[in-house]
Amino acid sequence: MSEAFIFDAIRTPRGIGKAKGALHEVKPITLLANLLNNLKDRNSLQTEQVDDIVIGCVSPVGEQGADIAKTAALYAGWHNDVAGVQLNRFCGSGLEAVNLAAMKVRSGWEHLVVAGGVESMSRVPIMSDGGPWAQDPETSMKTDFIPQGVGADLIATLDGYARDELDAFATRSHQLATAAWDRRAFENSVIPVRDRNGMVILARDELIREETTVESLSQLKPSFSKLASLGFEQVAKKKYPQIEALNHIHHAGNSSGIVDGAAAVLIGSEQASKEQNLEPRARIISTALVGADPTIMLTGPAPAARKALGIAGLSIDDIDLFEVNEAFAAVVLRFMNELHVPIEKVNVNGGAIAMGHPLGATGAMILGTLVDELHARNLKRGLATLCIGGGMGIAAIVEKV
Amino acid sequence: MSTVIYQKDENQIVHFMLDRPDSTVNLLDWRFCEDFKTAVGKLSHEVFKGVIIRSSKSTFFAGGDIDTLYKATINDAESVYQLTMQVKQAFRVLETLGKPVVACINGSALGGGFETALACTARIAVNKKTTKLGFPEVTLGLLPGAGGVTRMVRHLGVQAALPFLAEGRLLSPENALKLKLVDSLVDSESELTDAAIHYILNNPGAVQPWDDKDFKLPGGAPNSPKLAPLLVAAPAAMRQKTRGNLPAPEAILAAVVEGASVDFATASKIESRYFVALVTGQVSKNLINTFWYQKNAIGNGMNRPNCDKKIFHKVGVLGAGMMGGGIAYSAATKGIDVVLKDVSLENAEKGKDYSRRILDKKVQNGHLDQNQAEAILARIQATDSVEQLNDCELVVEAVYEDRALKEKVTQEAEAVLTGSAVFGSNTSTLPISGLASASKRPKNFIGIHFFSPVDKMPLIEIICGEETSEQTLAKAYDFSLQLGKTPIVVNDSRGFFTSRVFSCFVKEGVKMLRETCAAEIENAAWEDGFPVGPLAVLDEVSLSLFDKISTQTQRDFEAQGQSFVIDAADEVVKKMLELERAGRVTGAGFYQYESNGKKRLWPKLKQHFNPDDNSLPYQDIKDRLLYIMSLETVKCLDEKVLRSVGDANIGSVMGIGFPQWTGGALQFINSVGIKAFTVRATELSTRYGERFMPCETLRKMADNAEQF
Repeated sequence: MSEAFIFDAIRTPRGIGKAKGALHEVKPITLLANLLNNLKDRNSLQTEQVDDIVIGCVSPVGEQGADIAKTAALYAGWHNDVAGVQLNRFCGSGLEAVNLAAMKVRSGWEHLVVAGGVESMSRVPIMSDGGPWAQDPETSMKTDFIPQGVGADLIATLDGYARDELDAFATRSHQLATAAWDRRAFENSVIPVRDRNGMVILARDELIREETTVESLSQLKPSFSKLASLGFEQVAKKKYPQIEALNHIHHAGNSSGIVDGAAAVLIGSEQASKEQNLEPRARIISTALVGADPTIMLTGPAPAARKALGIAGLSIDDIDLFEVNEAFAAVVLRFMNELHVPIEKVNVNGGAIAMGHPLGATGAMILGTLVDELHARNLKRGLATLCIGGGMGIAAIVEKV
Repeated sequence: MSTVIYQKDENQIVHFMLDRPDSTVNLLDWRFCEDFKTAVGKLSHEVFKGVIIRSSKSTFFAGGDIDTLYKATINDAESVYQLTMQVKQAFRVLETLGKPVVACINGSALGGGFETALACTARIAVNKKTTKLGFPEVTLGLLPGAGGVTRMVRHLGVQAALPFLAEGRLLSPENALKLKLVDSLVDSESELTDAAIHYILNNPGAVQPWDDKDFKLPGGAPNSPKLAPLLVAAPAAMRQKTRGNLPAPEAILAAVVEGASVDFATASKIESRYFVALVTGQVSKNLINTFWYQKNAIGNGMNRPNCDKKIFHKVGVLGAGMMGGGIAYSAATKGIDVVLKDVSLENAEKGKDYSRRILDKKVQNGHLDQNQAEAILARIQATDSVEQLNDCELVVEAVYEDRALKEKVTQEAEAVLTGSAVFGSNTSTLPISGLASASKRPKNFIGIHFFSPVDKMPLIEIICGEETSEQTLAKAYDFSLQLGKTPIVVNDSRGFFTSRVFSCFVKEGVKMLRETCAAEIENAAWEDGFPVGPLAVLDEVSLSLFDKISTQTQRDFEAQGQSFVIDAADEVVKKMLELERAGRVTGAGFYQYESNGKKRLWPKLKQHFNPDDNSLPYQDIKDRLLYIMSLETVKCLDEKVLRSVGDANIGSVMGIGFPQWTGGALQFINSVGIKAFTVRATELSTRYGERFMPCETLRKMADNAEQF
């Protein structure tokens, strides 16, 4: 079977996902197309050799609608022969794109695929695509829908996390992200976003706050208690009747930030490596998807990781570094507790709490961070995982080449 | 004879006179559907200026025919669907004639009746306070399936329409006018037809708002930026009310939103399909069985001996505590003079203050004017003198649950009462025949058990002692109805029916403290649909009262030479009392009470009662609470404590909070299926004890596929 190599993985800096954010002026198509061209240039790609472009995008409507992957290829001036597809696996979309690209390559039917994601949350807000789960009453009632933040508080309540613990973890994210930028860990892979004249619009993740402390976070009000009180708390208790009341301890500071950004990963076979003169940086050795309880919704990473480890024939100790998406602090804490993973191995350059979670792109971003850091530390294997709406989990294991 | 009489007047206006033969009300059924279709069909070859729909009855239209709907099974789905669709098609033809169609609302227009009115292009109503307009369908587990959902949403918008559909909130003509659901009001019925004729002659063209090409849904479409975020939370908020047990409000929410997203004709189909699912579903059967047939039977005097009807003008209440004060209030508001007697005038006045507080609040909220409030209050005479009772036609004692005290007040009162006066005891636990032995006139002695708070609780449990006369029962029955309450009639036994079955609920909950985590018990009760969890309720009642009753029962048993077994619930309560946690009054019980008024389950319950962290399957917890009550109810029926199935169902829901969706403690067994119920009860008995073993009656009924 063909190997699925990662030749390159780049991303934009993440801009604050509001009108005041630096990337708000940039259309999602531009964000993605310019990144694709950067990938092309730095790898001297013959774009007609690319079989497909697989792009994750969670709100694929309006400016992000109608197969933005192919549209971006056209906008970027790539060869007409290149195909493109947009996919949506909610928060796992970016990694799903990578995993799907790896599967295409390992099948032997395709040889060179660009995976990635884009989400301009300031321009196409989350939930813009509606959907029956949240917006059709019959579906919502039938499936015990609750918003993710209430699910995060449910995890925290069940596991007995204290607010301080979550805030300490959030603080760590900001500190590590700051440290990573300071030692230029992201410099090679984060591509500044430039305007049509070549002027830099944003070069560094905009959301990170170096000065964050547990103390400063303690001032923030819980984000999800009001939503829960509208009735979602009772829905949660239907599934988890051992709970008397939810402990509302997630807030804007220990949940992932809303941001704009894009990512692109170049994945291909040995054949592509030779023909295009591309140097493998890592290989994808397993991928996994799981479903979990949709009401608590965010517990997928641990079972997904277990499944990926099982496919690769590895144990948890064989993994040197983990990237666990920081959707909410409790998600990562639960992952570490459940799999007995030491915190020193997890999100060593910070995560979405500090840098933000551009929904469709994050999975591809954390995979890139993982590959870079395996090289920086000269370690062998890394695992990336994300919790996903609808109660899913996704994981991929990579090995440094 | 047609239910819709077709006439044309000299103004070229066609009148549809709704006149169901041999009935005091108009009903929507197949017969009406056919007649209405025929009448609408005639219009196609008629020269006319408009149509007036009016009623020959004292009301406009009572609604759908419950008998037809109650009998409908899943095999009748197509027929029920067709009934609604054909009525709606006729309505649709009528409202798209381009000519004015006016409903003359002379009296209440409910359900299908209000739907008929909304299918007219204008509505004129007589401004009577007794007239109610709206959709009570949801209270019987149904939705308005003849266009009510579709038209209300288009009149008011998604958000504003919901309370009238999903909560069954009814409107007075004045309020309907404010919402533009009615176009104008007239003062008397005699002006009604002329007003309609006048309207038609002055408004020759007519288009329903939703047929106007510029129509926009009031409040926005479901996917509009304003409404979409609200609708995300709406299902959860709805489920908080239904607890997942009442399909009708949930279906209404779904039909409202889905119907608002499509055109009128499609919305009508969606509405009908949800309607059919509700009609053929079990919960509407439960609700109709109990809150239509059985409740109506009680209102019609099912359990009342055939004696002369008594109207009470003056009654006495002994003991001016919370119960006595509440009884006095309930009587005074119905125009009955009340002598409220306590040991001191001061105490009696305190009892009267109870009424004063409620009335003041009503005046503040504008539900009552000051003069009315004062008149009600003036009917209550607070006193410490027993002589004042001399001309009372009925006396209710509501003194402490102490046999000696009750005997004393009985004798004192009887000394001054007339020979025909009824003496009622509001005891909830002491057997009536025993109390009656202190009476000189045991034939006139009866239990009249009110529920707290009296002004809100709709039930009265009438308890017949061994010697209670038929006449006395009839009078107590009349008194209950006069108070606007629903009486059930039971025979004497310890705890009668309601207290006896209720204590099973409480005890079962307390027992489970040793078997599972406390929050699960309370959450299970909530999800079952009980108003309050067993631990919370015992905290309110107080654990010391529970212990006192239990100890008294034990003494009574022993006095009669019977053995009394202390069970796990008694033990838990005794332990709690040792730990000085007697309930809310003492500030500590199964819950801890915080200074901000909030309460949380006491964290040490686990340490004291479930140190090994045992747990039960959640479904078992939920079922144990329901099953133990139903099983005890069957025993009450077996022992002839209960006289009828309807009393059991009504009493369990309206008196002791048995979940409404079940239709009551016996209907719950029917709805599970007697066979399935006995199988499950047997299973529970092997896991949790003999008390769940189905009795002989149940097993026989299961074998014979009978129903309660």
